[in-house]
Amino acid sequence: MLRLTAGRAGSLLARRATAAVTTSGARMSSHGQEVTETVDMSKPMYWDRLDTPLPDRPFKEDLTAADKSLKQKEKGPWGQLTKEEKIALYRLMFCQTYTEMKQPSSEWKTVLGGIFIFLGLTGLVVWWQALYVYPPAPRTFDHEWQAKQLKRMLDMKINPIEGFAAKWDYEKGQWK
Amino acid sequence: MSLPKPVMRGLLAKRLRFHLPIAFTLSIVAALMFKYSVTEPRKKAYADFYKQYDSVKEYNRMREAGIFESVRPSGE
Repeated sequence: MLRLTAGRAGSLLARRATAAVTTSGARMSSHGQEVTETVDMSKPMYWDRLDTPLPDRPFKEDLTAADKSLKQKEKGPWGQLTKEEKIALYRLMFCQTYTEMKQPSSEWKTVLGGIFIFLGLTGLVVWWQALYVYPPAPRTFDHEWQAKQLKRMLDMKINPIEGFAAKWDYEKGQWK
Repeated sequence: MSLPKPVMRGLLAKRLRFHLPIAFTLSIVAALMFKYSVTEPRKKAYADFYKQYDSVKEYNRMREAGIFESVRPSGE
């Protein structure tokens, strides 16, 4: 009575889990159609893609009586189909035409905007870091030290033929 | 609807016949340009530098400038 066996604890947890499931189920039903549609990828799929023109299945699979009669007419000579019938048959088979697929969208503006927003935020973070996180710079970064370093390099004649010291005019004491 | 049979063989050989001489010429031209614009001037620059080079004078100048640790300027 004082000690729960593993089995009893397991059943308690199971009851709590089912309680959670049922309440969430109740919540889901009160929301309505908020569940996303799942695609069964084990069956032939339809797609609108520029690079793969012929999908595995036609676009419309559940045909009305008018559609079915049109499909019957399609089995005969196509010269007897009117222009509207041919277009209707195309729309049964495909959702969008190539022209419709190629229509430019404004997605690039969103992408570029998102990039700049995140670059800006990163810039703010980096600025804060420079202010509050970085330790003091080493003494080799001081202007005085750098000037002394430059003089020493010229005295040593670093790369005197084609490189560094070659560009310094030793008589006039200035850069060539 | 009877089209002539397209060429099925020797396509690589045909391409090579055209492109290989061009490739070889351009490579040789690139090498010659590099030789005469980079390596020859560089060889001349080094030769000219060492023609007028007095190593003892340079050593003394550097010593006076105080860059060595093993030998200090003559004043100290």
